[in-house]
Amino acid sequence: MDVTLSVNGVSRTASVEPRITLADVLRDELGLTGTHVGCEHGVCGACTVLLDGRSVRSCLLFAVQAAGQEVTTVEGLAAADGTLHPLQKAFHDAHGLQCGFCTPGFLMAARELLDENPSPTESEVRTWLSGNLCRCTGYQNIVDAVLLAAERMRGAP
Amino acid sequence: MTTRLFGERVARSEDRRLLTGRGRYTGDFEPAAAHAAFVRSDFAHARITGIDVAAAQAVPGVLDVFTYADLADGFADRLPLLVPSDKLIAPRTQHALAKDEACYAGEVLAMVVARDRYVAEDALERIVVEYEPLPAAVDLDRAAGPNAPLAHLDMTDNLAGLVTEETGDVDAAFAAAPHVYDWTLRMERSASMPIETRGVVARYDEREDRLLVHDATQAPTGVRFGLAMLFGMDPDRVHVVAPDVGGGFGVKVIQFYPEEVLVPWAARRLGVPVKWIEDRREHFLGSNHERGQIHHVHVGAADDGRILALEDRFLHDTGAYCSYGLILPIITAAQLPGPYDLENYRYELRSIFTNTVPTSPFRGAGRPHAAYVMERVIERVSKELNLDSLDVRRRNFVKEFPHHVGVTFQDGGPTVYDSGDYPKGLATLLEQLDLERTRTEIATARAEGRTVGLGFGAYVEGTGIGPYEGASVSINPDGTVSVATAHGSQGQAHETVFAQVVADELQVPFERVHVTTGDTRRLGFGVGTFASRTAVVAGNAVLLATTEVKRQAAAVAARILEVAPEDVVFADGAIHVAGAPDRSIPLGRLAMASNPTRYAFGADAEEGAKLSQLAYEGGDRPLPEGSHPGLAATEYYSPTSGVFGFGFHAALVEIDLETGHVDILRYVVHHDSGRIINPMVVEGQIHGGVAQGIGGALYERIAYGEEGQMLNATFMDFLMVTAAEMPRIEEVHTETPSPNNPLGIKGVGEAGTIPVSATIANAISDALNTPVDHMPVTPEEVLTLAGKIESP
Repeated sequence: MDVTLSVNGVSRTASVEPRITLADVLRDELGLTGTHVGCEHGVCGACTVLLDGRSVRSCLLFAVQAAGQEVTTVEGLAAADGTLHPLQKAFHDAHGLQCGFCTPGFLMAARELLDENPSPTESEVRTWLSGNLCRCTGYQNIVDAVLLAAERMRGAP
Repeated sequence: MTTRLFGERVARSEDRRLLTGRGRYTGDFEPAAAHAAFVRSDFAHARITGIDVAAAQAVPGVLDVFTYADLADGFADRLPLLVPSDKLIAPRTQHALAKDEACYAGEVLAMVVARDRYVAEDALERIVVEYEPLPAAVDLDRAAGPNAPLAHLDMTDNLAGLVTEETGDVDAAFAAAPHVYDWTLRMERSASMPIETRGVVARYDEREDRLLVHDATQAPTGVRFGLAMLFGMDPDRVHVVAPDVGGGFGVKVIQFYPEEVLVPWAARRLGVPVKWIEDRREHFLGSNHERGQIHHVHVGAADDGRILALEDRFLHDTGAYCSYGLILPIITAAQLPGPYDLENYRYELRSIFTNTVPTSPFRGAGRPHAAYVMERVIERVSKELNLDSLDVRRRNFVKEFPHHVGVTFQDGGPTVYDSGDYPKGLATLLEQLDLERTRTEIATARAEGRTVGLGFGAYVEGTGIGPYEGASVSINPDGTVSVATAHGSQGQAHETVFAQVVADELQVPFERVHVTTGDTRRLGFGVGTFASRTAVVAGNAVLLATTEVKRQAAAVAARILEVAPEDVVFADGAIHVAGAPDRSIPLGRLAMASNPTRYAFGADAEEGAKLSQLAYEGGDRPLPEGSHPGLAATEYYSPTSGVFGFGFHAALVEIDLETGHVDILRYVVHHDSGRIINPMVVEGQIHGGVAQGIGGALYERIAYGEEGQMLNATFMDFLMVTAAEMPRIEEVHTETPSPNNPLGIKGVGEAGTIPVSATIANAISDALNTPVDHMPVTPEEVLTLAGKIESP
């Protein structure tokens, strides 16, 4: 069946079986391989995307459940001219990534956090991000990157 | 102007693509490929008496289903023994598809290839396997004992290998020791658990007779040569690429996992690209584990706490197979003495087969056990003799280098510490900790009824082992520099740190240096990224190759500028005559000049052609004898021995006696890995290592039931630390250069993990005033130790 979604502001239609996950459609049908699949049971958070602005596990969602909604993936985070989102810039500056596999999920979860709470404390950042697993960084630089991005975003005019 | 990037916190070149969703991981290739899925043994140990695949074959969209009977030639043989040893009594590796006996739950029995993974898994459900279940050896103690269930039908016990070694005169030292103790220490099984699982994607082009494999491996070069041999193909027609790899920590280098052989085999047989991306359950059941060991130590101590004699008899759980031979327990045995000078040391290691997932190195690789055992020994001796354990450590430190430990290292040579300054390292840690203030705070907290404790851990880390790594460096006509090393990065920033080395040597802007890793099309010879060896071995190869390119460039420039090669200087992306910066040639133009042919576009082309005439003027042929076109070199670095980093950790913990939760109030790290190329990257490695160490100390264990079924093969049940549990790590460095390699560096990849179990165990022991001799210390275990609940 055909499913039409808005992905990063562009309307996209894919022909899929009802049992196909949103993650697989994004990756294999739409070529958006920035969304990664780490556990396929909703724990690691690598596949996190925003659905109408709220973070969801795209490995636990069928593509048909997202029909007609706005999906934002990591590919939609930077500006159209390639300027990095403040979170992306802060992850770079603070060495908030190593292998990069979990990174898109962290970026999307952090973006939802900063949309809701522009001035999180370190403890709030840690709690919010506890739904995403990273095996490389020990989280310290990820937390610092989110705090740095928040600070920079608050400082922006 | 000379710039120097070595030692600077250079931000990473690889970040931009990874942050924007443009990384290329194995799963991102060939979206339209057919997918493989595997039937895995339901039983820990069983005879396979039949596999009926007819119903699966009939599922629409299934291309084919394969069992052992379909394999022939080398594919039907057992997979290779990666690290042979004459001490290995029973070398056992598995078949790519089990022949007639499955030896662990998860062992692959059959392969389905179908239109997509969904259909492949539909077909899996229709395959009927006839099992004849057999008794399973699961518990390590039991498996090592008499009348144990046998892990392999053709064996009479479960002993895979046995090694004993002694330095000094241990018996005499025990006889003379005033204090003698016997303790048993246990560490449970865990696993690397990268967030990206394993994966293999293969495409065989029959007309070109060319095989291209993308493999989330830490060692593409070995996979390439192995596949070429298996297929009887010219290695030049087999390409293996480890693209962006989403974490490895050891589990992604086995050479070979069954799937690494079967997926290319199926792609060639079926004539279509075939893809297999491991799911998380498969990763738990089918990718290697580590850590399970039981140590019985016999310790002789002097009144002042000096260790006069140490004997360690230990069991290592090798799982169902032993493709890594005895390497893990040998690492444990060689590095058990840590920073201490043990004149009289003897070990006896027994590697034991069990019907569980095979084991191979996971970050730390035998060393976390070693540090845990040795540091618990130091603490217990100190406690028994009522001494300050820091004083006992200082009294036992190795003080002169090079230091011969007296036993065999993992590379087969003697274990020799190249350099170190352990008193300074410990002092640096204690300064950051502020020991006196911390002790006062602990006294205050205890007076308030809080359960707090302070623990220390020390380690050495043998890194940078051979046999070799290589690097290719070439200067391009546009002034950029291409660098290639053999094996991929799993997040260690190879692209950045190698570019730092090259940029310094050639004095070109960092941005102009482009590093490719893990593509056998670029560099075919290499060993792999594991054992904290890449910065040391490949890094020094990068230096050697760059030095050779520099020599070539200086020779060509000298001819053009009509000066001696010694009289040219590299600066600002160009070469100029010493003392005459205006007499210069940009490196790109020099690259053009060094290749006397006509090919270039652009404004520099004509100038480059003229220069090439100048460069070779007066010779009897276009290329002077002994030279080659271009400015390019491939060089290999082969270390004489490992190089030993070291460090000290301290943890201040508070224990909740109601829940058993261990809260880490402070975690302080001292670390020394010689000269540091990029402190930001090194700190990141330490952070990640400590997090895995804390997981291993408090949360992570692979649990098996009595029948050999894994009980916690999900991320809901196997607990890894999250941002919420991790303390902020305080990190201080010293730099004791290695005299053994030109860059003076030592590896760091595993350093963070090694002493964490020791440190946390000692902190909990201090808090509860009781020995902690079993890791991990789960909340249940904490409450048992605290006497709050009965031992289960």
